[in-house]
Amino acid sequence: MPQVKSVNDFVVKFANVNGSGSASANEMFARSILRMGVPVASRNIFPSNIQGLPTWYEVRVSGKGWLGRRGGVDLMVAMNPQTWDKDIASIDPGGYLFYDSSRPVPLSKFRDDINVIRMPLTEISNATYKDPRQRQLFKNIIYVGALAQLLGIDLTVLEKLIGEQYKGKDALIAPNQQALRMGHDYARDNLADVCGLRIEKADAVGDRIFVSGNDAAGLGCVYGGATVAAWYPITPSTSVAEAFAQHCRKYRMDAETKQNKYAIVQSEDEISAIGTVIGAGWNGARAFTATSGPGISLMQEFLGLAYFAEIPAVIIDVQRGGPSTGMPTRTQQADLMICAYASHGDTKHVLMLPEDPRELFEFCAQSFDLAERLQTPVFVLEDLDIGMNDWLCQPFTWDDSKVYDRGKLMTAEELETGKTFGRYLDVDGDAIPYRTLPGTHPTKGAFFTRGTSRDRFAKYSEEGPVYQDNMQRLLRKFETAKSLVPAPVIEHASKKAKHGLIYFGSSAPAVREAMATLAEEGVQLDTMRLRAFPFPESVADFINAHDQVFLVEQNRDAQMRSLLVNECGIDPARFISILHFDGTPITARFIIAAISERLSLTSREAAE
Amino acid sequence: MTYIAKPKLRHPAIPVNKLGYTHRDYEGSVSTLCAGCGHDSISFAIIQACFELNIEPHRVAKLSGIGCSSKTPDYLLGQSHGFNSVHGRMPSVLTGANLANRDLLYLGISGDGDSASIGLGQFVHCVRRGVNMVYITENNGVYGLTKGQFSATADKGSKSKAGGFNADSPLDLVSMALMVGATFVGRSFSGDKQQMVPLIMAAMSHPGPAFIDIVSPCVAFNNHAGSTKAYDFVRDHNEAVNRLDIMEPREAIKVEYAPGTTEEVALHDGSTLRLAKLAADYDPFDKIGAMNYLQSRAAAGELVTGLIYMDSSPKDMHANLNTVAAPLNRLSEKELCPGSKGLDSFNASHR
Repeated sequence: MPQVKSVNDFVVKFANVNGSGSASANEMFARSILRMGVPVASRNIFPSNIQGLPTWYEVRVSGKGWLGRRGGVDLMVAMNPQTWDKDIASIDPGGYLFYDSSRPVPLSKFRDDINVIRMPLTEISNATYKDPRQRQLFKNIIYVGALAQLLGIDLTVLEKLIGEQYKGKDALIAPNQQALRMGHDYARDNLADVCGLRIEKADAVGDRIFVSGNDAAGLGCVYGGATVAAWYPITPSTSVAEAFAQHCRKYRMDAETKQNKYAIVQSEDEISAIGTVIGAGWNGARAFTATSGPGISLMQEFLGLAYFAEIPAVIIDVQRGGPSTGMPTRTQQADLMICAYASHGDTKHVLMLPEDPRELFEFCAQSFDLAERLQTPVFVLEDLDIGMNDWLCQPFTWDDSKVYDRGKLMTAEELETGKTFGRYLDVDGDAIPYRTLPGTHPTKGAFFTRGTSRDRFAKYSEEGPVYQDNMQRLLRKFETAKSLVPAPVIEHASKKAKHGLIYFGSSAPAVREAMATLAEEGVQLDTMRLRAFPFPESVADFINAHDQVFLVEQNRDAQMRSLLVNECGIDPARFISILHFDGTPITARFIIAAISERLSLTSREAAE
Repeated sequence: MTYIAKPKLRHPAIPVNKLGYTHRDYEGSVSTLCAGCGHDSISFAIIQACFELNIEPHRVAKLSGIGCSSKTPDYLLGQSHGFNSVHGRMPSVLTGANLANRDLLYLGISGDGDSASIGLGQFVHCVRRGVNMVYITENNGVYGLTKGQFSATADKGSKSKAGGFNADSPLDLVSMALMVGATFVGRSFSGDKQQMVPLIMAAMSHPGPAFIDIVSPCVAFNNHAGSTKAYDFVRDHNEAVNRLDIMEPREAIKVEYAPGTTEEVALHDGSTLRLAKLAADYDPFDKIGAMNYLQSRAAAGELVTGLIYMDSSPKDMHANLNTVAAPLNRLSEKELCPGSKGLDSFNASHR
């Protein structure tokens, strides 16, 4: 029987039943590897369900630090009979199946090209624990203990993690550590030398942190000075609002009065949520909502109002599989178009495209400056992959000298000195007008905000030239935005490359791994990671500097290509789309295959 | 929407209030509504109420949705910021504005199409949340701007000007507001200024969700025989349960009402509300009683007006959310940002 042998480079997948308490055990397993100094990338694959349906947890161990999903499975921890056949089929040849052998499984249910590791988990658990829930929960810890022994994870690391996890609930520490040791000892005594996968202590994690994007987004909003959040529960964005609430409780309570320096409203729907954000933004508070695709669809009318009436707003869109209800617990980058051109009429909106939780933290904080500077909605487009999975990323940092950019707010003093106030008047040539907040001055600076056409002094007008003047200014304001949004990150190959590659968002780790692998094979590509819309000049320059450009997206319709073609006036034929949209995170393998196929085709064509 | 500014001339003998403001300081642009529109009377009543209460115009934020009624914020309080938002969604915008700055007076002006049809959800949820505001619906039972379709408050059996018959049951926003937790509920008639002004004043003095439904006949599309929102019909069926009189900060406005028992209630801004009971057994501090009374009179075809319900110790959204006393829009990075120190503990807990 061939055995996959690998040190610090393999994939472990846990197949569990939703609601069985496996999530915290599995996460502890992943963290223990990190504590061994070995990078991991973990991903939840879960259904839209609370209890009973299948759920998976995938841990990619990568000593080299590749954080994208790899694809394939080297060790399957099969704890869910419902998905047995599919789980067995997904194991790479020579890989390992670890399963609960308490009940017999017919031989026909196995494969002859995989290695089977049997452990009577239920029997062991039931022999020790009487309470059904305890039997279930400790069974999870028992398999973690066994895996630690099989893979060589230091048991003291796991014991320490248990201590941290149950800090404050100390009564739970000893029983969990006992279960852990029970699993460990069983494997030591009965499963020696059955597994060729090893974790060896390394120093490849450094001071990086393991954090989910939605947690980071909530924190970023605290740092960015958001005081009003209005939201409606929707997977996968709910945990953004929850994280914001949690961080606010910690950081935003007035020490003396015990009162809150924030307000969170759980709205009746997404329309109301964005309305509340716009009302707060109009009145000078930094406000945001967090939602997903269906919420964005509902918010369209209000987004047009905020664009046209020029009101700051921040929308965090945790993208999931669309259209319609689509795949609510799967990831996609398919809301680009609906956000970029949200609402009826001619509109354009600022999009920010973070690559991981760290950048998401930064972009969320920055989005409030941008929204107030540009007086317009700003979308932070993350996705389920970033939002609901723990990612290994650089620790968060903050420059304490930073002052919020509140944009062009005309003060009572300025009004008093007789400064001309025209709400939609371009005074500085950057097409961004000044605004006043309600209550600023008793007799100056009041104006009527409306979604109807108006002149530079906010007076209603349906005169063609007046309307056009305003619409043209909004277009020029969008030009100004190009210099304010995060610039793309361009990396040149070691030698001149004919082909470029464009990517953005959560595709980043898979793309990096693919580029490194291809470089080893002598395939060189220049890369550009887009970080925002509108596109600065450097984006078109990059594309024009290459014969053809690969464009990696996680949607069906190549939405980013549409944006690039539309906004940069580029011939669509210059792009070669690499589209991954089955709802799972894109992999380096997928990207490499797509590029290799295309390049070999091109070279064959060239030879013919 | 109007684009005609009112000339700033004024009579030298025009009265001024404690702030030195005249009526003219509370006016807005010239109305573009139809001559005789009930909405203009309501605008005037709002102006009068603000003048009487010595409210600084710029400390009011006036918000509306879409429709004839939603145009009216332009015709009053020209020194106030106004926000003409989207159809039926004013309540959420007002909620956000109120969260941002709790120190202003929030005046939401809406209509029956805006609040009872497209915006019914937002209306009830805004009230539910206890937003401190004065929410007025100018209720005429029709869509005026689109020329006379029935709205959701049109009574069953009403006839439209074009001869149509309304077979649908009406929504009563007053009953609904009571049910979902408004702590001040009134109903009035745009043809009765003496009732409207003190009612609006009392609502403005109320630190909680205050709702007033004002039946306001549409002279263009709903003022004919067969309409229950016509001037004549409302006059004939108006059953005022009380008369209000606000004393202080100025002297009492003269209210003409038939003698009955009177009751005085201290308002939160220090003024006193004198309530003259017209329906002897009506108690506007008894919510359940008010709900029952409304239903029984409605069944008899009568329109109950006046102060329908008031909670003397309301709690608003900010109290529920335990927000700081300072307006949230005035907090800076100093108060809001935990800085690099805050990140040290965050980073440490994620390793």
